[in-house]
Amino acid sequence: MSTELPLIGDYSTPTTQLSGARIGVVTFPGTLDDRDAARAVRAAGAEAVSLWHADTDLQDVDAVVIPGGFSYGDYLRAGAISRFAPMMDKIVDAANSEAKLPVLGICNGFQILTESHLLPGSMIKNDHLKFLCRDQLLRVENNQTAWTNGYEAGQEITIVLKNQDGQYVADEKTLDMLEAENRVAFSYVGWNPNGSRRSIAGISNEAGNVVGLMPHPEHAIEAGFGPDHRGTDGLTFFTSVLTHLVGGKK
Amino acid sequence: MPRIVVDVMLKPEILDPQGKAIAGALPRLGFTSFEAVRQGKRFELFVDGEVTDEILAQAREAAETLLSNPVIEDVVNVEVVAD
Amino acid sequence: MSLEATKEFNIDTVENAAATPKVELPWAELGLKDNEFAEIVKILGRRPTAAELAMYSVMWSEHCSYKSTKNHLRQFGQKVTPEMKKDLMVGMGENAGVTNLGDGWAVTFKIESHNSPSFVEPHQGAATGIGGIVRDIISMGARPIAVMDPLRFGAIDHPDSQRVVHGVVSGIGSYGNSLGLPNIGGETVFDPIYQGNPLVNALAVGALRHEDLRLANASGVGNKVVLFGARTGGDGIGGASVLASESFDDTKPSKRPAVQVGDPFAEKVLIECCLELFKASLVEGIQDLGAAGISCATSELAANGDGGMNVELTSVLLRDPTLTPGEILMSESQERMMAVVTPDNVKAFEAVMDKYAVEYSWLGEVTDDNRLTITWNGEVIVDVDPSTVAVDGPEYDRPYARPQWQDALQADTFKASNAGKNLPASGDEIKAAVLELIASPNMCDKSWITRQYDRYVGGNTALSSPDDAGVVRIDEETGLGVAIATDANGRYTYLDPYLGAQLALAESYRNVATSGAIPIAVSDCLNYGSPEDPDVMWQLAEGIRGLSDACQVLGVPVTGGNVSLYNQTGTTAIHPTPVVATLGKLDDVARRTPSGWREDADGQAIYLIGKTFDELDGSEFANLRGHLGGLPPKVDLEVEKELGEILINASRDGMIDAAHDLSEGGLAAALSEMVLRYGVGARVALDDIKKRDGLDSFTTLFSESQSRAVVAVPRSEEVRFNDMTSARGVTVARLGIVDAQSKSLEVQGEFTVSVEDLREAHEGTMVKYFG
Repeated sequence: MSTELPLIGDYSTPTTQLSGARIGVVTFPGTLDDRDAARAVRAAGAEAVSLWHADTDLQDVDAVVIPGGFSYGDYLRAGAISRFAPMMDKIVDAANSEAKLPVLGICNGFQILTESHLLPGSMIKNDHLKFLCRDQLLRVENNQTAWTNGYEAGQEITIVLKNQDGQYVADEKTLDMLEAENRVAFSYVGWNPNGSRRSIAGISNEAGNVVGLMPHPEHAIEAGFGPDHRGTDGLTFFTSVLTHLVGGKK
Repeated sequence: MPRIVVDVMLKPEILDPQGKAIAGALPRLGFTSFEAVRQGKRFELFVDGEVTDEILAQAREAAETLLSNPVIEDVVNVEVVAD
Repeated sequence: MSLEATKEFNIDTVENAAATPKVELPWAELGLKDNEFAEIVKILGRRPTAAELAMYSVMWSEHCSYKSTKNHLRQFGQKVTPEMKKDLMVGMGENAGVTNLGDGWAVTFKIESHNSPSFVEPHQGAATGIGGIVRDIISMGARPIAVMDPLRFGAIDHPDSQRVVHGVVSGIGSYGNSLGLPNIGGETVFDPIYQGNPLVNALAVGALRHEDLRLANASGVGNKVVLFGARTGGDGIGGASVLASESFDDTKPSKRPAVQVGDPFAEKVLIECCLELFKASLVEGIQDLGAAGISCATSELAANGDGGMNVELTSVLLRDPTLTPGEILMSESQERMMAVVTPDNVKAFEAVMDKYAVEYSWLGEVTDDNRLTITWNGEVIVDVDPSTVAVDGPEYDRPYARPQWQDALQADTFKASNAGKNLPASGDEIKAAVLELIASPNMCDKSWITRQYDRYVGGNTALSSPDDAGVVRIDEETGLGVAIATDANGRYTYLDPYLGAQLALAESYRNVATSGAIPIAVSDCLNYGSPEDPDVMWQLAEGIRGLSDACQVLGVPVTGGNVSLYNQTGTTAIHPTPVVATLGKLDDVARRTPSGWREDADGQAIYLIGKTFDELDGSEFANLRGHLGGLPPKVDLEVEKELGEILINASRDGMIDAAHDLSEGGLAAALSEMVLRYGVGARVALDDIKKRDGLDSFTTLFSESQSRAVVAVPRSEEVRFNDMTSARGVTVARLGIVDAQSKSLEVQGEFTVSVEDLREAHEGTMVKYFG
């Protein structure tokens, strides 16, 4: 058995890393989409930095993605156990600090952000009670956040939706507040796939540096492997944060 | 309105992944007194009017046939709760 | 004298066994035959201890020992040519076969059954089926990259099908989705023959670098043996509760659960933990714990190694402290692995376990005495030659004979039967038949199932259901990847067990080629009834002979798989159902061919490759009319191979933009599915084929002749495509064109059906029955 290197393929590191940004991708026990999120970060031109849930060093990353999966099996409530990870303490502090670390929570990551109270509301089981995997049409409601500034306001995008506990719920006051403050980042277009209140697919915090959504932009970044084997609408999340970082650092 | 509360637990010999994951998390938060956790289900059946023996018997039957999966679960409690 | 005389908590030591030869043991209750028990006594030179009896009884079961099929299965090895072995790195007999992909990459895959547990408790049964096959893949040193699941249920409208279908689908979904493995395909068949015995087969595929390859063997005297993962409970030993008579403590649970509960979270952690072990080269040998648990893992590791093994059983971490040694040895608790670690690596191994919060316990070490010795608090309770447990089990040459009813069955052809009278002839009748076909339980859209599975996770899925094959990328740099398809047709195999097995291979081979991949390996799951029934045994013998012959012609080796017997209700066996999975290699998955055409294929030419014969016996249409008789379609494997080469070359050279194989439901199903894939219509005419092959319109559309495919060829490639096919002397016919404006499928001179009507018929069925 030999172990020769592939003959074809470019093994050099991409040299076009916009702003040389370092974006952390957190892995909890049971995280599934961490490699996908890292790939999306690289596709956008940044460096992906692995962050382990039990560590306390943020490694000077410029932004953080909390990817999807079933951390701790989602056994108690989705995100309920991960929220107490040492790394989450650091992320919550950094997100709330002066520096306003950009944080993106996708699916289980969104659930962890609501359990951590970085974002309001919570997720319960889909109204139809089943896991659902589909190509999902979304409307960008707020393009003023760290993670959505590359989209047009009102732009419709297709990315992947796949979850069991995707029904966004919050009390009426919170929902009114989110709408009044333009903090609904994405809504579902057409059929509401999980019964989310007011068809909300994703929201942001007040400052716009923390965004959480149920669908998966990191699965729509490469032609041939995304929605309908073609879509790349999710890549803009990851280029948006680089734009934000460049602007923010000036 | 009176309720009949039904508690269902996995049979003791069946693995409970949920309880296991929670038991693992407790000590990390400083709760060190608990050896094990098992997670169950609680159902509340609402009755319009008095809970007769017959209704209670129906609740027991429903608990055994529908609310629990007798292959892996036990009905551990069926009781009437009056508000 | 009986065991009861020993009284003590079960400790039936080897010493005690030698001293008390007359003790009656529950070997019959444990499923051993009298000759088998006598053989054990002969091997040991004394009666077995209770723990030894436990080990032999599970390891000599049909499930673990293949005792009824071994003598037939040898054909797979005997018929492998050197050419077929060229890329084979690990063949049959290991946890899963490994095939070289080049560039330092290898792929491992295997299909297995979890039929009976999935009927008893559908959700957990199906879930643990995925768990088990995935651990087989990990134990080869590979990262699992995808799963698939061929399913066979009873009648769609039978009340119990609700329980089974919902349970099985949610079980596969919850377990597979939690592992982060894309589910890329499979099949779903409904037939009353599977009512009391559904078939839940699970396939997993993994990728590895050559240097990461691991085998299940215990080598190196002094190396440590470790058990890690979940704790050991009483799972899966319900049937073996007779062993509780080892102990006479009335307070212990009398009933052990036959149902194993899966913990996908624990398995996901186990996967990552094992991959880290492989990366750091911390394990010498590794074995997953599945059927027969520790019995199997210790005896196989020891038997495959170059020495022996010594294990202290009280070191096993238990979930249930009342388990007896025999029960611990037989437990099928999920999410456990056993590994062999050098003393130098012990600390590093423990660090990885701690990082992932995985529990482990050191059980013992590798010895040089060629014995498997198991102690309980230092007292020897098992002392065996591990080969006698794991390798040299009993072997039966079961009697078999062609059933007396086979001739009558084969003589009862569809067209001659009452069911075959008044076949659709007019355009309207044929249109109605097409809609009925694509709405039927077997041919209808299965996205009700597949949307409950994650097909995207990993970011490497290039094709998934409903495409003909699932395609996953392995190397992001080069695009290297694999295509896999699973197929079987129980009705064909019932009509002709030899041909039916070949047809299953032919279809999965064709499906892989259709995606553009070069078929390189096969895994099979042979689902049959009782081998003690000579009729069934004949079906099995014929199936293995047929499949092994066909593999030789097509040049693809069987690298592993599983035999599932006793699939029957009372004395009624299921249709013989050899499920065949073919794996193909794609140098660049970007070149894969989808099974339908898109809007931008407007105006492309549609060709049918292959000849159509009057072959309706055993077909889906005959099935819809309630008929099963006659002979299945014939298959010329040389022609099949030729078709495969054409599909692969055409895909690689950009001559085709879409391709779909013809199988169940024939041309009618293929055209409908290609139109429905992206909702883009087509106009076709059958005249040339009808004239060439001498058939009427109905037969042309519904015949299930083999070695055929429909392809869409860009206009600019038509000359090249025709040159290639005529140079190879392959029969092709130009059927028509892709018509994006029409929003319909038009079969000229016969009927036109709108895409909407096709969709409504195709998509309504599963939702109607399952919500």
